[in-house]
Amino acid sequence: MFYRETGDFKTSYAGDIQTFPLALDRNRFWIVVAFAFLVVPFFVNSYWEKAVLLPFFIYALAAIGLNILTGYCGQVSLGTGGFMAVGAYACYKFMTGMDIYIPMGGGEYYEILLPPLNIAACIFLGGLTTAFVGILFGLPSLRIKGFYLAVATLAAQFFLVWLFNKWEWTYNYSATGQITATETSLFGILITGPNTEPWATYLFCLTFLFIFGWIARNLVRGRIGRQWMAIRDMDIAAEIIGVNPLKAKLTAFAISSFYIGMAGALYFAVWNGAAEPTESFAIDKSFDVLFMIIIGGLGSIFGSLIGAAFIVLLPVLMKNLLVGMLGWPTDIAEYLQLIVVGGLIVFFLIKEPHGIAALWRTIKEKLRLWPFPY
Amino acid sequence: MNIHAQAAAETDKDYESAEIAHGISPRHIGEVVLEVRNISLRFGGVKAITDVSFDIRDGEIRAIIGPNGAGKSSMLNVINGFYHPQDGEIWFHGKKRKPLKPHQIAQQGIARTFQNIALFKGMTTLDNIMTGRLTMMKSNVFWQAIWQGPAQAEEVRHRETVEKIIDFLEIQAIRKTPVGKLPYGLQKRVELGRALAAEPKLLLLDEPMAGMNVEEKEDMCRFILDVNEEFGTTIALIEHDMGVVMDISDRVVVLDHGEKIGDGTPDEVRSNQEVIDAYLGVSHD
Ligand SMILES: Nc1ncnc2c1ncn2[C@@H]1O[C@H](COP(=O)(O)OP(=O)(O)OP(=O)(O)O)[C@@H](O)[C@H]1O
Ligand SMILES: [Mg+2]
Repeated sequence: MFYRETGDFKTSYAGDIQTFPLALDRNRFWIVVAFAFLVVPFFVNSYWEKAVLLPFFIYALAAIGLNILTGYCGQVSLGTGGFMAVGAYACYKFMTGMDIYIPMGGGEYYEILLPPLNIAACIFLGGLTTAFVGILFGLPSLRIKGFYLAVATLAAQFFLVWLFNKWEWTYNYSATGQITATETSLFGILITGPNTEPWATYLFCLTFLFIFGWIARNLVRGRIGRQWMAIRDMDIAAEIIGVNPLKAKLTAFAISSFYIGMAGALYFAVWNGAAEPTESFAIDKSFDVLFMIIIGGLGSIFGSLIGAAFIVLLPVLMKNLLVGMLGWPTDIAEYLQLIVVGGLIVFFLIKEPHGIAALWRTIKEKLRLWPFPY
Repeated sequence: MNIHAQAAAETDKDYESAEIAHGISPRHIGEVVLEVRNISLRFGGVKAITDVSFDIRDGEIRAIIGPNGAGKSSMLNVINGFYHPQDGEIWFHGKKRKPLKPHQIAQQGIARTFQNIALFKGMTTLDNIMTGRLTMMKSNVFWQAIWQGPAQAEEVRHRETVEKIIDFLEIQAIRKTPVGKLPYGLQKRVELGRALAAEPKLLLLDEPMAGMNVEEKEDMCRFILDVNEEFGTTIALIEHDMGVVMDISDRVVVLDHGEKIGDGTPDEVRSNQEVIDAYLGVSHD
């Protein structure tokens, strides 16, 4: 019996509704967190930072966002890439000092000039801007469901990419059409720009993931989360017990987009340093994040993390293993990786829609009884 | 409890005075809480309900009966705002009700269960019943996000009420089981729990005992009577089992082909010739 809950009694409801009701799980969680914050920064190098850890944190944030909308509220979205772009471009505008012209009539303009903001604020505001855009594109969900909603969000994806190609103001009229992160710092430590230290960007992104992962967990277990799940499981019954479908769906779109927008902002500003809509935020981003939550587990914050880790790590692993050690050609390794991901998605959709997170729960059930069969 | 007083309660009147002696308020049927007036509902060419009027009094158990397709479920759907009738009015607490959305009607204190169970399959029994309290939960997004102060206090407070309902319905053992895995009879019970969690003034039950065995039916009857007696909840229920209907309801309204053909106490309805012809006659052939 490696995993036991006997003897771990709850004497209050507050104790029973904790994220980790078992002391064993709780301790293990805090050990991992302490390790990530206190130990890893001393060892992280730029390969781990750029190839593994930053993409993991950023995609995990995006996956949590999409899971809120799709896994918890049941609204399928293929617009993730487009929403990441909104976060990235909003962050860019806030970090370069936004200039807003309000036409006053008669060729007159009223000009508002924001100073370049703190990088943490830029990321947050990138998320907030995306939340508003998300609400806008969420409006059709009040009328259409399932497949048709997915198509509508697909339209949002293409529209947004087109918009950031066409609307020169969003990329400050740069000749290449690219956006490039300026050098910014937090508490005197460089966070964006070409001269950052791996540990600084690592801690910056980890902090965002930790705080907003915790917030997401709180949201889904309380009133708001139950409203989302009620809408997901049976919208008619949800309405009859007093859930306002308009409010529930739009909060899901807003909060989901907020997370995805922050992920887009971090992707552009901290990880990549530059972005361009057609390349960076194309439809394959939307699919990648969707695959993460399918493989990790729909309707699970923990599953979002596992899914992100899986999709980020798989190519790295396959490349090191097949190309590095076995000497395969790169393109064949890439095809094999597509086949593996595709196969897993089919497997999880058919066999375990709640993903690796649910498999993990099953294993825990088994461990609790081990070595006895019942 | 004084056993002698209970044993001595031979007649309703004795029972009532015994209840008063023990500080339990006796059943009290008050004035009209809900009145449907001349309701007509059509789906294209199908007349689901034609010019039906009846009322529901405070504290009573009101049964709606009738053969299949009589328009009973449609009537409940009209009452909780899911269908909007072409003609007619609904009066609630003495006021004419404007056309409202179902979630607004839920806020006014009308809860219901469905003929085909409509639970949230992906959630546990506990979470399903907790959703019944959503209309009473008010803490804002900020507190929800950090799960402190009002949010946690509110969660614990509502959890206490929900645990009482779980005890009342004797479903402690399945508290953390996803409802999709439960047998049919228990799902019906959880659905009743979810409706009760809203502490409704008017509870609408659409065939709460359909498909149950005798034991399960007896349990369900007991719960319905207890809810009505202990909390004074007004109940309107649809049921096909005549024995049950005649036993537990105060008044019965009979629908057939969307029209009302009888209304009164179980005895009155039982002796109504039109009802016998149209409904009881048919089912006994
Ligand atoms: N949404 C709908 N669209 C079209 N027709 C409907 C709809 N809902 C009900 N009807 C029709 O209205 C009539 C009454 O249906 P209703 O479900 O109210 O009957 P019921 O008395 O509840 O029957 P049962 O005992 O079988 O549950 C039926 O002819 C049914 O086909
Ligand atoms: Mg019916």
